[in-house]
Amino acid sequence: MISGTGSALPENRVTNRDFERLVDTSDEWITTRTGISARRITSGENTSDFAARAAANALSSAGIDPLDIDLVIAATVSPDSFTPTVSCQVQAALGLSKATCFDLWAGCTGFIFALMTADSLIRSGVLGRALVIGAEVLSKLVDWTDRSTCVLFGDGAGAVVLSQSERPGILAHFTGSDGTRGGVLRIDGVPLVNPWIADPQPPKPNSVIRMDGQEVFKFAVTAMQKSIRRVCELSGIQLDDVPYIIPHQANDRIIESVAGRMKIPRGRFYTDLDQRGNTSAASIPLALDEMNRAGLLAPQMPLLLVGFGGGLTWGASMIRWMPNSTQDS
Amino acid sequence: MVFDQLKAIIVDQLDVAPEDVSPASSFADDLGADSLDMVELIMAIEEKMDVHIEQKQVGNLTTVGDVLAFLEAHRAAGVAE
Repeated sequence: MISGTGSALPENRVTNRDFERLVDTSDEWITTRTGISARRITSGENTSDFAARAAANALSSAGIDPLDIDLVIAATVSPDSFTPTVSCQVQAALGLSKATCFDLWAGCTGFIFALMTADSLIRSGVLGRALVIGAEVLSKLVDWTDRSTCVLFGDGAGAVVLSQSERPGILAHFTGSDGTRGGVLRIDGVPLVNPWIADPQPPKPNSVIRMDGQEVFKFAVTAMQKSIRRVCELSGIQLDDVPYIIPHQANDRIIESVAGRMKIPRGRFYTDLDQRGNTSAASIPLALDEMNRAGLLAPQMPLLLVGFGGGLTWGASMIRWMPNSTQDS
Repeated sequence: MVFDQLKAIIVDQLDVAPEDVSPASSFADDLGADSLDMVELIMAIEEKMDVHIEQKQVGNLTTVGDVLAFLEAHRAAGVAE
């Protein structure tokens, strides 16, 4: 079960009007196309800093000692470094000396995959308690001259603590990938160059987010619907009995489209992307922490987490909030 | 009638009045569709009319008439997916 949540955001809030100075765009265009009004952009903290703060908040929310954490998985596409991983850096920052730590790359679905992985390790008895983090500083991967992408993304981190539980708090997972369509959403890696490769001119490093927006939109709408349906089937919980769907939030139009097609009232999708932008792997745990602190979550409440993203990847998890508590405790 | 079926899908997807939809109507200029509206519209047409529209052909479909011509050519060829 999830025994605690936490999050961390940059202080610096950048509005659509601020983008009008950088590229040829407008508040009206951004809002109608995406639903985003503002997003947080780092003024100096990197991914591991936000990850560590979110993790620390999750640990105190759960009331758990750092030495009781056996596993840290950080889902991210924007680590500080290839090695040490964000998860190892969080370990160092918080003194989680008993933990096994690794990062997980699965685009915006990263948190769902990390949750499934940690849950599986706990259920099978391999490890006891986990910190599962989604953390991104996408602002360092954005092409600030490309008006079609630079307005979409934000920085931040969210984290949950997963513990064993008498009654299951994690009910089912549905996941999938399709690498044959991966080209529609790219962030290139380090250029392939060495003294034995024919092209003597090292290519300009260009690790920026590039996407075929329309193909990604179609994929997202299809993948989100499929994941919602399948995780309901796998968990045995009817969609009507789920008060909140917590989606990865890339664009409000995706959520609207899915809500309309599945005839789900729009208010059941918790969204904050108007103030956060697309924070990739951080979006779901960040939203969950916001909901927790806002008092929206009640014991026994089913929640459906759903993500989709680069890879291509997609997935959903059905969870039950505080499964061992009753309304009175 | 293909046009009536197409009109119903357009009215539903773009939230416009049926009387505003004619073969001459431009999606962007007359019906207020942005690029994401077009993606959703094409998805709905594909699903409801059992056709497949290649991504590269979508750029040529600027008016309702363009889509009608595509659908009629498709049916004449007897191709369905």
